Amino acid sequence: MTAASPAGYIGRSVPRREDRRLLLGQGSYVADLVLPGMVHAAFARSQLAHARIVSVDFARALAEPGAVFALGGAELAREMPPIGGMQVTAPKGWAERVDHRITLPPQNLMASDRVRYVGEAFAVVCADSRYAAEDAVEAIDAGFEPLPAVVDPEAASAPDAAVIHPDLGTNAVAELHVEKGDVAAAMASAPHRIRRRIRHHRYAAMPLECRGVAAEYDRRTDSLTVWSSTQVVHWVRKELAFALGMAEEKIRVLAPDVGGGFGGKGHVYPEDLIIPWLARRIGRPVRWVEDRHEHILNAAHSRDNIHDAEIGFDDTGRILAFRDDFIVDSGAYSPVGAGVAYNTTAHLLGPYHIENFAGGTVVAITNKTPNAPYRGAGRPEAVQVTERLMDIVADTLGMEPADVRLRNMIGPERMPYDVGLPYRDGVPMTYDSGDYPASLRRAIDEIGGIEAFRERQEKARAEGRWLGLGLGCYTEGTGVGPFEGATVKVDASGKIVVSTGACPIGQGHETVFAQVTADAWNVPIEDVVVLLADTSTLTMGYGSIASRSTVTSSMAIGDASDKVKAKVLAVAAHLLEASEADLELRDGRVAVKGVPDMAVSLREIAAAAAPGWLSRRPEGSEAGLEATSYYEPPTVTWAYASNAAIVEIEPDTGRVRIERYVEVHDAGRLVNPGLADGQVKGGLVQGLGGALYESIEYDEAGQLLTGSFADYLLPTAAETPPIEVVHMETPTPLNPLGVKGLGEGGAIAPPVVIANAVTDALKPFGVEFNTLPIRWQDVRAAFDS
Amino acid sequence: MKPPRFDYHAPESLDEALDLLADSGPDARILAGGQSLVPALNFRLARPSVLIDINGVAELAGIEDAGERLVIGATTRQRAIETSETVARRVPLLHEATRYVAHLPIRTRGTLGGSVANADPAAEDPAVAAALEATMVCRSRRGERRIAAAGFFIDVLTTALEPDEMLIAVEFPGIPDGAGAAFAEISRRDGDFALAGVAAQIAISNGRVADARIAACGVGPAPLRFRDAEDALLDSACGPEAIEAACDAVAASSDPHDDVHASAAYRRQLAAAMARRALNGARARAGGAA
Repeated sequence: MTAASPAGYIGRSVPRREDRRLLLGQGSYVADLVLPGMVHAAFARSQLAHARIVSVDFARALAEPGAVFALGGAELAREMPPIGGMQVTAPKGWAERVDHRITLPPQNLMASDRVRYVGEAFAVVCADSRYAAEDAVEAIDAGFEPLPAVVDPEAASAPDAAVIHPDLGTNAVAELHVEKGDVAAAMASAPHRIRRRIRHHRYAAMPLECRGVAAEYDRRTDSLTVWSSTQVVHWVRKELAFALGMAEEKIRVLAPDVGGGFGGKGHVYPEDLIIPWLARRIGRPVRWVEDRHEHILNAAHSRDNIHDAEIGFDDTGRILAFRDDFIVDSGAYSPVGAGVAYNTTAHLLGPYHIENFAGGTVVAITNKTPNAPYRGAGRPEAVQVTERLMDIVADTLGMEPADVRLRNMIGPERMPYDVGLPYRDGVPMTYDSGDYPASLRRAIDEIGGIEAFRERQEKARAEGRWLGLGLGCYTEGTGVGPFEGATVKVDASGKIVVSTGACPIGQGHETVFAQVTADAWNVPIEDVVVLLADTSTLTMGYGSIASRSTVTSSMAIGDASDKVKAKVLAVAAHLLEASEADLELRDGRVAVKGVPDMAVSLREIAAAAAPGWLSRRPEGSEAGLEATSYYEPPTVTWAYASNAAIVEIEPDTGRVRIERYVEVHDAGRLVNPGLADGQVKGGLVQGLGGALYESIEYDEAGQLLTGSFADYLLPTAAETPPIEVVHMETPTPLNPLGVKGLGEGGAIAPPVVIANAVTDALKPFGVEFNTLPIRWQDVRAAFDS
Repeated sequence: MKPPRFDYHAPESLDEALDLLADSGPDARILAGGQSLVPALNFRLARPSVLIDINGVAELAGIEDAGERLVIGATTRQRAIETSETVARRVPLLHEATRYVAHLPIRTRGTLGGSVANADPAAEDPAVAAALEATMVCRSRRGERRIAAAGFFIDVLTTALEPDEMLIAVEFPGIPDGAGAAFAEISRRDGDFALAGVAAQIAISNGRVADARIAACGVGPAPLRFRDAEDALLDSACGPEAIEAACDAVAASSDPHDDVHASAAYRRQLAAAMARRALNGARARAGGAA
C-alpha cells in the first residue's frame, strides 16, 4: 500500500459521515424495520436456573388473540442442529504449545429437555404484535421439575457437584496450562513471595440498542434476507447456511445501524438462526427485538474470574516468578470456547519482563447466563491480577508502586520483545513496538507527579480526608486474524466503492475506511463509497470483534486497491498513449506527470475498462476495475497504555469520588484522532462502570437479582469524572499504515486502577481491595477495621 | 416488556374520575405521571384491568398558598415544584428534596401525588410529607377524608387510601419564621433511589431548639419519622453533641433491608451520616441559632 501524502486524510479528525443521518433521526435499526405481513416473535424464557422440562403446551397460547405460531425447543431441535463445533477453534501453534483439554457443551437453539439458566428460551411464539406475542408467551403451560442449581464456579468443579451437561460428565469443561521458564524453582528461591485471591466480577456489554433480528423469506427464489444487530454478518450467514441447509449465496445478512455492541453482539446467538427459520417456516417476515430485561437475562455476560496468584520477588522489587491459577465462570454454555480464558493468560505478563511464569485455567459451567467476550475480553481480569500484585509488592517492600513497575518494565531498546508464550492465534507473542516506561512516566506527569501527590495526601489525611493514587499498565494484542476481506471497485460513475467485512457498531467505520481509501487512491473523500455489514457486497468477511477492524480491513482495502490501481494505470496508459511509469493518480484523474492537461478521469477509465463493443482497454487485458483481497495478519500488533487516577473517599459513606483519570494510550498511528479519543474515553467509562457500579448478581438459587437498569447500574455522565487521554503514536512495523487496534483499550485498566487508588487511600487501615466491584459499603467498613 | 391488556379511561373532571374509580372495582389504577406505574405495567408486575388517566383533570394540578399551609394538587409535576419560588420560600424542605427525585425527564413527568400515593419507601416526597406532618387530602364519591402523614404511610407501597379513593392534594405546613430545613441523600448513582435520605427541619428560638422534624427514606418499609432523634434535639442548643445523639437515634430507629445495593447495616450507617448532614444544614439555615 502506498503511504498517504502529507495532505492526506489519515491522521486528521475527519467528521463522521454517519453523524448526519444519526443526528437527524434518519438512522435505521432492526426495530425500525417494518416488512409487509410481518409477525413479532417473543420467547418464553426459563424462570428457573436448572430444571427438567416436563411438558410444554401451546393450546392456550395459540388461542390468544393475534397468536400465529408457537414452537418448543424439543420440536426445534428436530429441525435444526445445536450450536456447537462452529465456534472459535484452536489454531495449531496454540494447541501444540498449550496443555489443554476442551470439551465444549453443545447448545440447542432452545432448551429441549432441560433449562440451564434463568432466561434460557424454551419456546417461541409469533403474533401480530409484540404485545400479543407476550400475552401468548404468558399463556404457555409449561411444567418443570427443578434440579439443583450450580451457582458457585468452585463448587461446580467439585466432584460431587450436579453435572449440568450430563454427557460431558463434568462441569469443568476446559483446562489449560502454559508455562515458561522454571516457575517452581524460581518461586522457591525468591527472597519474597506473596499469594492473593483476586476476583473479577460478572458484568456485561449493555449497548443502548439491545439485540434484534428480522428475516424475510422469498419463496420464488428460495432465499432469505436477514437483518441482525450483530458485529459478525458473515459468521451469521455461515451458520445459517449450515443450520438451514441452504447455499450461502441464497442468504443475505445485513446489520443496519447498530447502537453499540462492545463484543456482546460478536458471536452467533440462537435467535440469529431461529428467527430466519421461523420466517421460512411461517412464510411471513418475522421480527424479534430484544427488550432490556431479556438482554440482561440472556445476552452474553462476561468477566467473572477467581484468581489464585503467587508472585516471587527480590528486595529491589524485581519479579522473579509469577504463577496464576484461575477459574472462569462460563455460565451454562461456552459460546466462544476457551478463547477468552486464554486471552486472560496471554495478557498476565503485561509490559513486564518476567522470566518464569505459569498460567493455569479451569473453565467451569454453572447455571448462569453464558459468558462471552465483552470489551476487553479477558484482559481486564488479567490486568487486575498483575497490577494489584505490583502494588502489593511495592507495599511489601515499602517502595512506590511506580518504581516497582519501572523496575520490571520492558524498555523500548528490547523491541521487538519475545514474550515466550503463544498468542491465541498460535503465533509466539512478540511485542512489536512502543515505549512502556515513557508511557508510565507520562501518565504520572499528567496526574501531577508522585511526590506532589504524596505531600497532598499526607496533608489531607491530617484533615481527615482520604486521597489515593492508583496506577495501571497493560499491553493488548490487537488486529487479530484469521483474516478480513475487502472488495474495491471503480464503478461507472468513477467513484471508488469499497466493501469490507467490518461491521460498524458506532466506531465510525464508514469515516475511517473512507479516509484510508481516499488516501490509497489520492481522491477527495467524497468520491469514496463505503459499504459495510452486508454479505451481498463481499464473499468472505470476518467482522468487528477484538479491536481488529482498523488494522485488518484497512490492510485488505489497501491490498485490493493496489490491484485495481494497477488496472487503472494500465488502461490510462493505453488511453493516453503514455508509459505507466510517467503517470500519476491524483484528484480522481490519471495524468502524465508534469503535463496536467494530459489526463483521463476515473470515470473515463472505468468506461474504457468496461467489457463490450465500446471497451478501450489494452488488448488482452481483463475487463472491469474490481478486485478482492483477503488480509491474513502475520499476528497481532500490541497496543498498550498506562493509567493514573486520583480518588477521594468520603469517610462517613465510603463513597469513592474520582478526582481525575488519565490514560496514556498508544495504538500506533491514528487514522482519525478524534474518533480514537472518543473510543478510548468510552471504554474508560465502561471500565469505571465495572470498577464501581456494574455487577450482575445471582442468588443461591441462580435467580438473577439485577434484571433491569434500576439494579444493574450503568455509569452516566453524572458518574463520569474528568478523563484525560494522551495518545502516543508508535507505529507498528507489522503493517504499512503503522496502525494498531484500539476498540477495547479504554475498558481494560480502570477496574484495577480504582482498586489500587482506593487501597492506597486507605493504606493506614491495611485493607486491600482485591475483589471487584468496589462497593462503598466495603470502603466504609474499612474505617471500622 | 409490554403490558397485558387493560381498559383505559381519560376523564376530564374529578367527579368523572371518581365515578370511574368507584365503578371499576378494586382492580383499577390511577395513572398520573406514570414514572413508577408504567415500568411496573411493562414488567407485568402491575396488572390492573382498568387505568384511569387523570392527566386531563385540570383541577388536580397547581400550587396554592393558603395562608399557613401550601396546598399542592396531586398531578402537580415534580419539575413545577422544583422551579416554584413559592415552594422554595414556604416549604423549602420539599423544594430541596425534589432535586433528588430521579432525573430531570422523570421529574418533568412525575407528580407529587403519584409519588406520595405510590409510597415507595425510598422516595423523597413521602419522607418530606412524614417530616412535616403533611395532610393527604383524599376524595371518593363517598366524600373527602383528610389523613395525616403518620396515618397515611403504612408499609411498602401501601397507604391508607381505600380502593375507591384518590389522593387529590397534599397540604404542607409553611416553614415557621426562624426555622431551617435541609435534605441530604446518598444513592448509588445520581438520581437513583435513595440508599438513605434524611429530611430535617429545625426551629430555634432564643438559642434553643423549639421544634425539630426528622424523617428518612430508604431505611424502612415506609418513610420513617424519628421522634427519639427529635427529642434529643428539643430544648438543646443544637450543638455537636445533641446532633450526634440525634444521629445515633436515627440509626437505632432505622429499619433497613439488605439488597444487592447495600446491606442493612450499611444503610443504618448511611442514615446516621445523612442525618448529620441534614441536621447541620438545617441548623446553619435556622435563624436565632445559638
